Amino acid sequence: MAVQTAQVPAQRKRKPALFGLIPAGKIERREALWFWIFISPWVIGFLAFTLYPIVMSAYYSMTVFNVASPPVWVGFDNYINLFNDRVYWKSLQVTGYYTLLSVPLGIFFGLMLAVLLNQRVPALGVFRTLYYLPALLGGSVAVALLFSWLLNPQFGAINLIIRTLVGPNGLIPLGITGPRWLQDPNWVIPSFTLMSLWGFGGTMLIYLSALQGVPTALYEAAEIDGANRIQQFFNVTVPMISPVILFTFITGVIGAMQQFTAAYVISGGMNLGAPAYSSMFYNLYLFLNAFRRYRMGLASAQAWILLVVILLLTLAMFWASRRYVHYESDEEGAI
Amino acid sequence: MATQTTSPNVRPATPLVRRGLWSSKRRREQFITFLSTTIVALGLIVILFPLVWMFSTSLKTRAEVAKFPPVWIPAIPQWDNYRMALTGENRFDIYFKNTMIYAGGAALGETLSCAMVAYGFARLRAPGKNALFVLVLATMMLPFWVTLIPQYIIFARLGWIDTYLPLLVPKFFGSAYLIFLLRQFYKTLPKDYEEAALIDGAGYFGIWWRIIVPLSLPAVGAVAIMSFMFHYQDFMGPLLYINSQYNYPVSIGLQQFRAPFGGTAFHLLMAASLVTLIPPMVLFFLAQRYFIQGIVVTGVKG
Repeated sequence: MAVQTAQVPAQRKRKPALFGLIPAGKIERREALWFWIFISPWVIGFLAFTLYPIVMSAYYSMTVFNVASPPVWVGFDNYINLFNDRVYWKSLQVTGYYTLLSVPLGIFFGLMLAVLLNQRVPALGVFRTLYYLPALLGGSVAVALLFSWLLNPQFGAINLIIRTLVGPNGLIPLGITGPRWLQDPNWVIPSFTLMSLWGFGGTMLIYLSALQGVPTALYEAAEIDGANRIQQFFNVTVPMISPVILFTFITGVIGAMQQFTAAYVISGGMNLGAPAYSSMFYNLYLFLNAFRRYRMGLASAQAWILLVVILLLTLAMFWASRRYVHYESDEEGAI
Repeated sequence: MATQTTSPNVRPATPLVRRGLWSSKRRREQFITFLSTTIVALGLIVILFPLVWMFSTSLKTRAEVAKFPPVWIPAIPQWDNYRMALTGENRFDIYFKNTMIYAGGAALGETLSCAMVAYGFARLRAPGKNALFVLVLATMMLPFWVTLIPQYIIFARLGWIDTYLPLLVPKFFGSAYLIFLLRQFYKTLPKDYEEAALIDGAGYFGIWWRIIVPLSLPAVGAVAIMSFMFHYQDFMGPLLYINSQYNYPVSIGLQQFRAPFGGTAFHLLMAASLVTLIPPMVLFFLAQRYFIQGIVVTGVKG
């Protein structure tokens, strides 16, 4: 590259054009042109499938629109209607509860497993692969159906095990038969959490690679200072991998807030949100308004609120983490 | 310790002390390894149990499914359940064909476009590149749902409903996550070949196609597999755009599962579900190294 820059003074001098987007030298111009050619698929896709839809979505959210007839401007009516809609508030509550329950538990189990696997466990590769398998399959319809069967109150495996152990005629006869899981409004969100925890191998993998990146010198130093294992975990491991924990927390929250497939599949697509709206996840209600009731304007308003909430939450998490997250270097590594 | 202090000829006896400490430390380490392995192995049983239960259920008779105490291993494995579940009203032959077209096409489109776009971001210099890359990363945070309704309306106007076009065409314009993954990989490649090629008068397109892509085949392969896997399992997209049974992918076909004699026949449902999980599992075991690398490179799960 040095060869090229040396040639520049020999050429006719040009000034950078178009707000500096077109560079001065001929070779730089050629490279910049090729840059744009290479990224053109993304640029076109971004304009057509992201930017234009975002703008239109903002516009639709201010209209009454049922696809068949053109949108009618109503200003902020959709937002006001949502504010007064009890099911909408319920969907926020369901999603919030699920997020608060499933994300911290997923991080906890993921981190614990990663720490255990990092203790010179033999056949690490085999364990890693098998633990990751559920994470790979977790989003599929088959797994949602599997859990609706596992959590079946009468004949599902989980309640069968509970009954075998502590049921009326069980090993320890306590008369416990297990909850009605997905059929009991109070147990629906714990049931979905259980399903999401099954995939905690994905988080584990991220932590495991982070743990392997912590310099052993730090542990040796801590040991010389007389720190025991627990102290080492909290004073070396956690600070060193805190950026990764923050990252998994943010992606976990964003993911949990967009739960859809399992909720849709488990209700069989018929009684969305059943029983008693206890599984009315945010996006399930959005889908219901958009594609069952054809209230595209209202659903667009829901989508926009979700966008703003995710944006604010992400900023808040970054802001709150400034004090707690330790960054080892200011290298480009962040991106 | 005692011996050291009594014989002044011996050097300050750190070696002895160290050996003593080391051996007890090693024993402690061994114990921790043993304990960790036990917990991890027991946990694995819990984690894999649902899949085993799924397989066991799929081989039961209808009576065995609803029995207490539970039947863990069916008396006579009902292999015929699989035929009953996959044929008849449920046309899984068609669903699998549709899924292969969708997942294969989407993987091809995403791999090609992302391999190209990532090269631009990883290697070529242009003003405004970094700002644009931040924009690429920002789109990863964007909830899919914000663009969903306007996209649906565009595709409905184009008359693309009940075809795979709305699901396939956008894939040829890259995906932020995979662009990010490939760009990270390209950045680790040495620049020597490219510089030599450039001096020899090769064009950027030739450099990308003849040097970068062959050098990064493992990463490109990982991207292709991840993309295939995602679209194989995709439910949301087909749910919105695909209406008729002859166009269903496996995910929708499974969700609409109909038991031959009505009611929820869990043994048949589990048989069908298990079959749909086989392709991703086989692919995963064959290519697991790529998966795990992809996650380790970016620190992002798929």
